[in-house]
Amino acid sequence: MRAEDALLYLPGRLDAVSAGQHWSSLTADLRRLQPKTLTIDAGALEFLDGAGIALLLTLKQIQQQTGGTSYVEHLNPSFQTLLDNNTLKGLTPDVPKQASFRRIAEDLGWAGHTLFCDMKNHISFLGELAYKVTTSLMHPARIRWKDFLLLTEKAGADAITITGLMGFLIGLILAFQSAVAMGKFGADLYVADLLVLSMFKEMGPLITAFILASRSGSAYAAEIGTMKVNEELDALHTFGMDPVRFLAVPRVLALVTALPMLTLFNILLALFGGQAVMGLMGIPPIVFWDRCRQAADLMDLFGGLAKTFVFGYFIAAIGCQRGLETGKGASAVGDAATRAVVTCIVMIVVVDGLFAVAYYYLGI
Amino acid sequence: MDTPTQTKPIIRVCGMDGGYGETVILKDINFEVYEGEVFIILGGSGCGKSTMLKFMIGLEHPFRGQVEIDGIEIVNATEDEYNRALRSFGVMYQNGALFGSMTLMENICLVLEEFTNLPSDGRQAIAQMRLNQVGLGDAADTMPSDLSGGMRKRAAIARAMALDPKILFLDEPSAGLDPITSAQMDELILELSRTLKITFVIVTHELPSIFTVADRCIMLDRNVKTIVATGKPREMQAHSKNPWVRQFFNRQASEQVS
Repeated sequence: MRAEDALLYLPGRLDAVSAGQHWSSLTADLRRLQPKTLTIDAGALEFLDGAGIALLLTLKQIQQQTGGTSYVEHLNPSFQTLLDNNTLKGLTPDVPKQASFRRIAEDLGWAGHTLFCDMKNHISFLGELAYKVTTSLMHPARIRWKDFLLLTEKAGADAITITGLMGFLIGLILAFQSAVAMGKFGADLYVADLLVLSMFKEMGPLITAFILASRSGSAYAAEIGTMKVNEELDALHTFGMDPVRFLAVPRVLALVTALPMLTLFNILLALFGGQAVMGLMGIPPIVFWDRCRQAADLMDLFGGLAKTFVFGYFIAAIGCQRGLETGKGASAVGDAATRAVVTCIVMIVVVDGLFAVAYYYLGI
Repeated sequence: MDTPTQTKPIIRVCGMDGGYGETVILKDINFEVYEGEVFIILGGSGCGKSTMLKFMIGLEHPFRGQVEIDGIEIVNATEDEYNRALRSFGVMYQNGALFGSMTLMENICLVLEEFTNLPSDGRQAIAQMRLNQVGLGDAADTMPSDLSGGMRKRAAIARAMALDPKILFLDEPSAGLDPITSAQMDELILELSRTLKITFVIVTHELPSIFTVADRCIMLDRNVKTIVATGKPREMQAHSKNPWVRQFFNRQASEQVS
């Protein structure tokens, strides 16, 4: 049943506070009643601000949508000018998206397509970078050695403290946990074997790679991403300088150099941590180090270190690629850094798995 | 437009000295801005225009002096007083400072959501109205990164107007814009001043804009670190005896000053 006429009396102030209090009820009532004519008596209106004008315009718009008319009467001429000078043109009602099979299928399809394109870009970029690193190494004068040294210092020397600390604590925890379990069988001396083999082959390279992925991989993505947002990459292009050779090659070389050395520090400090726990359990240091020497050989150490060259390459490459792919705006830089860390971690685990398979068949 | 004598001051700056660290940039600054006028702070690069704006809106603290905005002294204000003062003005920063992860509609709605109890459709109606006022009605769902410099500045004005401020501070509204866009920006300022009676305080050194929009202006000089001229821009250009003012308005290089 449609109401014939409605009268809305507006006394006092119509500002953000009063409009906020009455907005929902007024618009809901108007939609429900759908009067043919809405008359707004604004004769006693003392103040009208932007929110008030928006409310009057909204009421007018609802009347238009429902086929009715509206009049604002006795409005102060200065308020009338404000009302006449404003419109809600372009405002579209907020329609919540309905969940449907089609929308879910579309979302899944897009996600798959994005993943496929992302992997294609990865492979393409890794190939391009490998080619440029190789050609740069064949022409060493083209490498920016000053940048390389600075980047190696930042990624390597500056990360010694955190890498060493992490190694020491992990060695401490690993030795303690295994000593508790193995002590029950009188095998606590063999904690040294467990520690040295796990640190040489898996834990040392993996932990150090994770630290560098979160430290340097994200930094490279953010740094290059900011350069892209600030159009510095466009400037490089217009000078005829290839951003991959200029930015990515020194970073790859820096991480490939720094990661194996940091891994050695990490392993060494982990063994010190293990020795500290064993010392507390009454096993002399000489016995611990002798067990370590007997349990592992150089092949175990170099097998682990070989992986770090590949990890270093992937961390730097992914960090740079995510930076180069950065979109526009400050949030895009944050997204690039986050995506760099996530991709690096996934890539490290995948590469580690491939190494494990390869070492198994090679008998290492 | 009312002349200054017919309206009351809405901003008062008294005996202000300020700078960064030990460096003094501004000395003994005194002026008043009257309700409804378009007031310009002008001067050459590095003379402290933007610094003065930061002192006026409370982002930086001067070494001494007072800044009164709409009856509230903000230099020594309590947090509550300062928050009340904040409601009376809006600011447009030089590059817009829009939130890059939000659309223009969301940028404006965010402010309304924080400071009013309006429902979602009410916030959207106000945001759309503000965008229409600055000529960006069709760009409500656009991300700031997809806009040109001039559009970003207009969107920033729309956001600054979200809470119906009495005063709008604009930092270099015409900087980096082409002459047509710059003229459109001037028209927008005049339109908002005329229809909404907003008081504008504009920091700029763009001469065409100054002549188009200014009711009054003050000029800062980097060498003496204070105000060297006050008045209407045409009168300053025609009658000022200060060599720096004449040099500025006549666009002369420094060696030409007599």
